[in-house]
Amino acid sequence: MSETNVAASGASVEPSQPRPTAEPAARRGPGADAAPLIHARKLTKRFGEFTAVDGVDFDVQPGEAFGFLGPNGAGKTSTMRMIGCTSPISDGELSVLDMNPRRDGPRIRARLGVVPQHDTLDNELTVRENLLIYGRYFGLPREECARRADELLDFVQLSDRGKDLVEPLSGGMKRRLTIARSLINEPDLMLLDEPTTGLDPQARHLLWDRLYRLKQRGVTLVLTTHYMDEAEQLCDRLVVMDKAKIVAEGSPRQLIERYSTKEVAEFRFAPGIQETLDGQFDGLAERIERLPDRVLLYADDGEDVVASARSRGLHPETVLVRRSTLEDVFLRLTGRSLIE
Amino acid sequence: MSAIAGARDRRTTAPLPPLGSSWSTVRRVVEHRALQYRRTFRASIFGSFGIPVLFLTAMGFGLGGYVDRSQDAVLHGLTYLQFLAPGLLAATVMQTGSFEASFPILGGLQWNKVFHAMFATPIQPSDIVFGNVIWIALRLALVGAVFAFVIVLFGASRSALVVLAVPCAVLTGLAFATPMMAFTATQRTPDRFATLFRFGVTPLFLFSGTFFPIESLPSFLQPVAWLSPLWHGVDLCRQLMLGTVGDTPLLAVIHALVLITITVIGVAVAMRTVEARLVKG
Ligand SMILES: Nc1ncnc2c1ncn2[C@@H]1O[C@H](COP(=O)(O)OP(=O)(O)OP(=O)(O)O)[C@@H](O)[C@H]1O
Ligand SMILES: [Mg+2]
Repeated sequence: MSETNVAASGASVEPSQPRPTAEPAARRGPGADAAPLIHARKLTKRFGEFTAVDGVDFDVQPGEAFGFLGPNGAGKTSTMRMIGCTSPISDGELSVLDMNPRRDGPRIRARLGVVPQHDTLDNELTVRENLLIYGRYFGLPREECARRADELLDFVQLSDRGKDLVEPLSGGMKRRLTIARSLINEPDLMLLDEPTTGLDPQARHLLWDRLYRLKQRGVTLVLTTHYMDEAEQLCDRLVVMDKAKIVAEGSPRQLIERYSTKEVAEFRFAPGIQETLDGQFDGLAERIERLPDRVLLYADDGEDVVASARSRGLHPETVLVRRSTLEDVFLRLTGRSLIE
Repeated sequence: MSAIAGARDRRTTAPLPPLGSSWSTVRRVVEHRALQYRRTFRASIFGSFGIPVLFLTAMGFGLGGYVDRSQDAVLHGLTYLQFLAPGLLAATVMQTGSFEASFPILGGLQWNKVFHAMFATPIQPSDIVFGNVIWIALRLALVGAVFAFVIVLFGASRSALVVLAVPCAVLTGLAFATPMMAFTATQRTPDRFATLFRFGVTPLFLFSGTFFPIESLPSFLQPVAWLSPLWHGVDLCRQLMLGTVGDTPLLAVIHALVLITITVIGVAVAMRTVEARLVKG
């Protein structure tokens, strides 16, 4: 930490360091004693006439895992790139690690670990070389790069692939390598843009496990996703983004409590039947969503709803009673599904 | 497991990056290109020898045999090989420079996006431009030096100033590479490269005094050669290798200034287009 940096960020530098064991600051209540690592007010990104991010407010506290949940085109990547200081903000305020992205881009980037939405690995180099050279971009000495590269390959379970070229790796392996690469500078803050999109379930679970371990070590994670299960698994707190705006904010549990019921009964009918059932669901549940392929009935006791539906003479082909998820929250907030 | 955050060791913490390009950041970009190059080094060196040997044999000896018999007055008593060699040196380095600033740069911006990866670190767009220009200059120096070595082996150089012809050929290559880099950063596909090579690079290659003196062109076309950056490079290299630079020193200085000016403008424009492209994503 050089003098300029300390001067710029004042006393808040210390608390912003990741703690290996201590309870993450976020859990002690927002703004307890630490300045937020990211502070955004009316943050806006325009591309010509088009507004990709429209005046969003959020803070990310040290040690928390913070998510942006939203469908395609919501403005997640645009937001992440502004935080990552590779895309200038159009309007509003943004500070990252107590610095101003406009002025201190390279200094901020020196302390970030970035996993971009699309892999930017060098296919002409080997797996290990990708890590070594990336460490060099941060100005780390070669021996240090080598030491960290071996450690990180181990962490993402790619040690046996170190000498292979990147090209033939599976999507999941490339993603793990990108995560390893983003850790080479021991970042204070990780930015993960859709870390598991396009991966099979097994590869996703392996990645989640690694990210979970990082979170346990106190690394601050900011991630975007359009998978509600990913958001539920990893995020302490998240914002739901839709059409360039933040439409809700809270922990997964809070969001579900606020915008949905405890349970949901899902009815599927034989093709053509649902359309004939107008009005038949009225009063069965707190809230009813009729999707093209199924009807969702929101209530605190799903079985209750199923019983009263049966007694009304409704005979769905399949019935599923489940707990509410963030998918339901999203449906409620936007009237649309997360993944179309 | 200290690399995985948590225990941040201050002694091994990355140094705070400077704001603005400096050699310490630019060299990291050069280092990346060098690491990539290690894999193709052998084939590349082989090619660097092959091209001059083939060209000088076929054109210098083969074609030159006929030309020399015709006792052409324009060559002022030179063998055709002696006339051709400096032209080919400058033109080959020019072609290499144009190529190095097209596909490899588009690759970094568009295909495997390694420049975007760099831009997520303390590396800045200006570092990426400077680093690549330096890398291309090194590549061109290697190609030029090998070419000059082969020329000397063929006995086609008349002056020890051939040593200076190499940096002048590199400068010629950069006068093409830097505007090319500026252009490449505005492209998303290589489609326009073929057009540019066919209607830009190749005609210049043929009509810039490489294979025949521009005095043999129709007189109204001769001033056009002045507009060709390659002609400035060819003539400069030729004056050096034939040892005639002392006869027209002012002309040599003008040649060099033209090439330097184009290179500087090329770098300045490339800084803008590369930054715009990286910011766009
Ligand atoms: N460089 C750009 N120029 C113009 N428009 C852009 C640019 N980048 C993004 N956009 C537009 O901004 C909007 C938001 O894009 P963004 O990539 O931030 O969405 P996202 O939430 O990340 O979506 P996805 O889930 O598809 O990655 C989109 O409509 C997109 O077309
Ligand atoms: Mg995106």
